[in-house]
Amino acid sequence: MTKLRIGFIPLCDAAALLIAADKGFCAAEGLDVELVREVSWSNIRDKLNIGLFDAAHLIAPVAIASSLGLGHVKVPIIAPFGLGVNGNAITVSPALHEALVAAAEGDVGDPMVSARALARVVAQRKAGGEEPLTFGMTFPFSTHNYHLRFWMAAGGVDPDEDVRLVVLPPPYMVESLQNGHVDAFCVGAPWNSVAVDLGIGHILHFVSEILTRAAEKVLGVRQRWADENPDVLMRLLRAHQRAADFVEDMNNHEEVAALLAAPNRIAVAPEVIRRTLDGRLKVSPDGAYRSDARYLLVGREGAARPDPAQAAWLYAQMVRWGQAPLSAELLADAKRVWRPDLYDAARGAPAALPSGAPADGIGAFAGPAFDPDDIEAHLAAWTIRRS
Amino acid sequence: MNALLKIVIVDANPIRAAILEDGLREAGHVNVERIADTHNLLARIYALDPDVVLIDLENPSRDVLEQMFQVSRAVRRPIAMFVDQSDTASIQASVDAGVSAYIVGNLQKERIKTILDLCISRFNAFSKLQDELDRAKSQLEDRKVIDRAKGILMKAKNLTEEQAYALMRKAAMNENKKIADVAQSVITAAELFK
Repeated sequence: MTKLRIGFIPLCDAAALLIAADKGFCAAEGLDVELVREVSWSNIRDKLNIGLFDAAHLIAPVAIASSLGLGHVKVPIIAPFGLGVNGNAITVSPALHEALVAAAEGDVGDPMVSARALARVVAQRKAGGEEPLTFGMTFPFSTHNYHLRFWMAAGGVDPDEDVRLVVLPPPYMVESLQNGHVDAFCVGAPWNSVAVDLGIGHILHFVSEILTRAAEKVLGVRQRWADENPDVLMRLLRAHQRAADFVEDMNNHEEVAALLAAPNRIAVAPEVIRRTLDGRLKVSPDGAYRSDARYLLVGREGAARPDPAQAAWLYAQMVRWGQAPLSAELLADAKRVWRPDLYDAARGAPAALPSGAPADGIGAFAGPAFDPDDIEAHLAAWTIRRS
Repeated sequence: MNALLKIVIVDANPIRAAILEDGLREAGHVNVERIADTHNLLARIYALDPDVVLIDLENPSRDVLEQMFQVSRAVRRPIAMFVDQSDTASIQASVDAGVSAYIVGNLQKERIKTILDLCISRFNAFSKLQDELDRAKSQLEDRKVIDRAKGILMKAKNLTEEQAYALMRKAAMNENKKIADVAQSVITAAELFK
C-alpha cells in the first residue's frame, strides 16, 4: 500500500475525495489515504507546498495563484482532476433581500435584475449616509470572490469602492450574517442551506445562474510530486473517477450524504448534504425550494475533466481585479495548471463531451462569450475593473 | 530597537499566547498585544497597526489575514507572509510547530527570523506541555475509574482492595486490555445490574 496524506476543507465539494478514501476506491488502487481536515485555505496551500500533503482539495484559483507565485511562494501545482463544477451560492440577509426586491425592476431571481437592484440599494445607502454593505467570501484567490465581483460589477456596483468584501472562514459565515457583520456572502455548500434553515438568510442566486460552468475545486498536487510519482497519480485519479461516478448515482445519494455527514468529515446533518447532491435547495426561510440540476456537478457532464478555459477565466479575473499583471506568459502558465491530458490518461478513454454545455465553456450571464486566448477582449468588455 | 516593533499575537488559546508573549518580552519585545477573539479581526489589526502578526495555524481566521496582501481601500500598509523562497526549512519548521508570521512593511529579514524562531520554540514547548498535561489527565481519569470498579468488586464479591485489583489485573492480562478498560466494563456491568 502506498501511503498518502490528503488535506481537505469540510465542504460538500470534497465529496469525490472523501468518498474515494472512505468507500475504499483508493484502497482498491493500493493507496492508503490519510485524510486531514483543515481549517483554512492558507493551511492547505502551505502544507501542500512544503510536502506535508501529497494532494489536496484545493479551491481552483489557489492552484493558479500558487503556480504563478501570486501573493505567496511560487510552487508549481497541477490540477489533473476537477472535484466540482459550480456549487456556490449567494445568500443575503432578510433585510437586504427585502431591499433588493423593493428596488428590483423585475424578478430578483434574474442575476442582471438583482445586480442592478443592488446598485440602487448601494446608491440609496450612500445618499442616506449609511455604512456600505459588507459581503463575505472565503479567500482573496477564491471563486467566491470572483463570482461576487463578476455578478455585482455587471449591475454597476464597484466591488472595491461601493461595498466591502471581507474574507470569512466558511464556518463563520452563518454566524456573521446572523449578528450583522455581513449583509450577504458567497460560499459553497452546506453553509447557504444552514443560513436558510436558521431563518436568517435567503439564497439569492446559485452561482450556476451567474456562470453556467464554473470550476470550483480541484484535486491539486505539486508538479514535482506528479513527475516523481506518475503511477501513484494515475491510481489516485482512477480512484477519484470511480468515487465521482459513485457520488453522482442518485441511488447512492443517501449513503454518500451519511458518509459525508460524519463528525470527522463535513459534520452537518445528512439531509442538508442530500439537498446539495440532489440540486434541490431550500432558498427561503418560508420554505420555498429551487432546483437546478447544475447546482453542483461532481464528475457529471465532464465536470471532472479539467478545462483550461476555466483556468484562463480565473486568471482573467485575477487580472481584472488587480491581483495579477496581464501577460501572455502568465496566461499560458495558468492554463498549464489544468491537466486534462493526465485526466484522459488515467481514464484510458476520452471523456464524453458534455451536452448542453455553453459554447465558450463558461456561459456567463453577462458580457460577450469568453475567449481563453484573448483576455484583453474580456477585460475591455467591462468598465468596472482595476486594470 | 526591538522595543519599537509592535507584535500582535492572534491565538484563541490564552495559555499558549501568554507563553509566546513572555518569550517575546524576555527577548526585549515589550510592545506585544494579544487578540483571542477573532470577530472583526482585520479592523482590530488595522487599529493596532502592528509590524508583525503571529497567528496559530489552528485558527480559521488565518485566511482573513491573507486579505491583507490585497490591494484595496481597506489596506493601508502592505503585508506579506514571512516566506523566503530560499528558506524552506524555516517555513517547514513553523508549519510543523503550528504558527505563521505575517510582516508589515519592509522589515529586515534577520529581525523577523529571530522572532519566528522564538515562536517555533515556544509553540513546540507548549505542545509538549499540552501532551504531558493530557497524559496526566488521562492517568488521573484511569485511576478514578479503577478505584470505583475496585469498590464495586469489593462489595459484590466480598474482597479486599488488593484482591479486587488483582482480579482486574488478571482479567486485563487475559483479555489483553488495559486495567482501566476492564474497570470501565465492571462499572458498566454494575450499572446494568442495578
